[in-house]
Amino acid sequence: MALMATFELTINEKKQQVVVDPATPMLWVLRDHLRLVGTKYGCGIAQCGACTVHLNGTAVRACQLPVSSVGQQAITTIEGLSENGDHPVQKAWLEVDVPQCGCCQAGQIMSAAALLQENPNPTDEEIDSAMNGNICRCGTYARIKQAIKTATTL
Amino acid sequence: MAVLKTVIGRRSFLKSSALAGGGLMLSFSWMASCQPKPEEVLAMPDEWFDLNAFLKIGDNGIVTIMSPNPEGGQNVKTSMPMIVAEELDVDWKNVIVEQAPLNTDAFTRQFIGGSQAIHRGWQSLRMAGATARHMLKEAAAQTWQVPVNEVTTQAGRLFHQGSGKSAGYGEMAAAAVTVAVPQEVQLKEVKDFNIIGTSRKNVDGKKIVTGQPLFGLDYHREGMLIAMITHPPAFGMKLKSVDDSAAKAMPGIRDVFTIKALEEDYERQYFDTCTFPELVVVVGNTTWEVMNAKKTLKIAWEPFSEHSISKNAFGSVQTVRIPAGFENTADHRVQMEEMLARPAKVSRKDGDPEAAFNKAAKVIERTYTAPFLAHNCMEPMNFFAHVTAEKAELVGPLQKPEYTEQALSARLGLPLDKIDIQMTRLGGGYGRRSYAHWLIEAALISQRMKAPIKLIYTREDDMTAGIYRPTYSAKYRAALDADNNLIAFHVKAGGIPESPLYANRFPAGAVDNYLAEEWSIDSNITVGSFRAPRSNFMGGAEQAFLDEVAEAAGKDPIAFRLELLERAKHNPVGKDNDYDADRYAGVLKLVREKANWGKEESTVHRGVSAYFCHDSYVAHVLDLVMEAGKPVVKNVYSAVDCGIVVNPDGATNMTEGAIVDGIGCAMYGALTLKDGVPEQRNFDSYRLIRHSEAPKKIEVHFVQNEIDPTGMGEPPFPPIIGALANALYQASGKRFYHQPFVQDLQTAEWKL
Repeated sequence: MALMATFELTINEKKQQVVVDPATPMLWVLRDHLRLVGTKYGCGIAQCGACTVHLNGTAVRACQLPVSSVGQQAITTIEGLSENGDHPVQKAWLEVDVPQCGCCQAGQIMSAAALLQENPNPTDEEIDSAMNGNICRCGTYARIKQAIKTATTL
Repeated sequence: MAVLKTVIGRRSFLKSSALAGGGLMLSFSWMASCQPKPEEVLAMPDEWFDLNAFLKIGDNGIVTIMSPNPEGGQNVKTSMPMIVAEELDVDWKNVIVEQAPLNTDAFTRQFIGGSQAIHRGWQSLRMAGATARHMLKEAAAQTWQVPVNEVTTQAGRLFHQGSGKSAGYGEMAAAAVTVAVPQEVQLKEVKDFNIIGTSRKNVDGKKIVTGQPLFGLDYHREGMLIAMITHPPAFGMKLKSVDDSAAKAMPGIRDVFTIKALEEDYERQYFDTCTFPELVVVVGNTTWEVMNAKKTLKIAWEPFSEHSISKNAFGSVQTVRIPAGFENTADHRVQMEEMLARPAKVSRKDGDPEAAFNKAAKVIERTYTAPFLAHNCMEPMNFFAHVTAEKAELVGPLQKPEYTEQALSARLGLPLDKIDIQMTRLGGGYGRRSYAHWLIEAALISQRMKAPIKLIYTREDDMTAGIYRPTYSAKYRAALDADNNLIAFHVKAGGIPESPLYANRFPAGAVDNYLAEEWSIDSNITVGSFRAPRSNFMGGAEQAFLDEVAEAAGKDPIAFRLELLERAKHNPVGKDNDYDADRYAGVLKLVREKANWGKEESTVHRGVSAYFCHDSYVAHVLDLVMEAGKPVVKNVYSAVDCGIVVNPDGATNMTEGAIVDGIGCAMYGALTLKDGVPEQRNFDSYRLIRHSEAPKKIEVHFVQNEIDPTGMGEPPFPPIIGALANALYQASGKRFYHQPFVQDLQTAEWKL
């Protein structure tokens, strides 16, 4: 049982201090301590992608990221992806009207945004491969793909 | 013009601000513009005027519409207010939508299930809008001293042509509140609709894509504690004793105790299904601390004895036997085979089926099976509760709040008016959230802790807590005469612990000699509604069987079905056939046209299927191609008849989702049991369909008519399973009878 420790984190370009067990996954630091609840709990074992955030711009599963491993690295959550919800991926998601229940969509958007950062014009196969770790239980996959393609034009 | 008697009671004209329970609901969205520019952002009014429980109008003309039913992704929070706005005759961009709290006085049937929200809400939603519009017109007529029948409305404004006077709804709202509620109201003609039938974006879209709190898991209250449960690891087990000494010593832990969600002598209502009434609870400050403490619990479990529970299914009280023992999927398969070999309860018989089978030129007999399925809502089960001696306040995602409220009232001994249930957005429902035992659990935990708490199930708790889609089996037989006419049809279906049979569904009514039998086997595995209950198995099995019968008859599968539907239309057998043969044929004809049936490329393997359930008709054509040894769903063409389509793009999204979900469940879904223990606990072992496995393209077409709208959440789901099985046959030459299909698809040639 680890003792509590203090961590200085950079989240959405803001410095945040939390006092937690060092093994605490970032998912719960975000949700319980910083009340950034856009990052979702779906499985806790990196199988569903609902908790996807960016660590230095790369998509990672926050449920497998202990707070002690973050250090000075920048974390971006769905709340910090853009200032006014106007990141091209967010705009495309609204234009295509992707969500049904919506619970997985923040994770989908974070994976998609990281993909487009690395590969601005992905093929269908590249989209499938980058997005396969993000489950949508409602089955909005076709719209997600359409929205990623729309985002490349925005 | 349709005139409707206003059956909205006085009580539904209570001030809606008083109903909102202190403005607790978070769901508050700008409707029109997902990306409002500063000049487009609606200015909030200084004063609101409640016209009825469904809507209030601000002095500046902004309208707030309460969406009565919970939203779980079926688009009701957008579509239901669209219906109100249509009859109110307002500009959609000036509408704000809020989720209404549970209020059985003001709203009827405030739940989601059976794809009935729009179908059953249609009249009351229209009435709410039309009644308010009438009161605004009356107010204008009185103010202007003109006859009310000369006052017209358009897009939130009132006009009197003779005098040239006009006013916004906001200007007349104060006066309208004092107008008597009309005895009857005029509804718009379908041809005059300008909101219904046009695509409007999800009212919560902006909040979803920016990660704002919307779901139960996101709910927070100052001083709130986190609670988690541990339930028995196997069906057939109950709690014996707990050693909580280690857990209680863990950091951040407030208490560890047991609760009993339902007492033994409680007469359960239909939706009170609860697998494990007695649970071990850990309460602490944060989720991670509680999760860690939960792992240190040392719990002794013991087998339970056979017992029975009393269940009141909407007035009919049944005694349900719960057998003891630890069940296995392998045993279930054997038991179901045995049942299929025996005579069962006859639910419908037309003509003389056995005589027809005896003289048949050809008899085709096939057996289909499907496993238990877990719902796997993306947002695990959870609920917020704050219970004091005086009242109980509950916030979270659930499908049938008015039923759960009754169970909670009985369990806490609190009258209904001391219980306040607020609905958050549901992170998926699919039927699972109709059985809200976790709401009662949350309330009991809060009561014990004397504090606000949020109960969270881990994914593993959620997946292994039962309330599954039953496991099913069905044997079909068809008899063809020498001219390949279908002269007899026999279906014998059953399940554990419920039968999936619909005795009066197609092809009943189209065959002279017809027999439907059913059976069930008692079990301690709990089950509940799962997207298109019963149909989700029967639709796929029946449509795969008909494909095989058509082939044996040497007929085109669409022409074969149409031939049967012609018979059912002109000379139906029996009286209780539950479908309209014309509308059924209509979707088949539409999909035949849209898919260019019979003209597909030679590399495409096609399957067709059509089904009626939840009052709507759907036909699919599914195209498979083989790519690198894998079957890939290239295209799905769908034809849907759900009457008037309220929000076409929303309905299209639903259909697309049902297709993906249906393919996923049929191909990969299974919850299997070994000695009472679920063998799948999380998404590493329970396979859900993923991006790369989804159809590359889905095309949805709606039948255009003016029939009152019917369900959309469920009807497209069952038939896709048949279309998939039929296309797989075309691609492989092999019929697929047992779900999940992946188990028979993994061959030397095919890798999945």
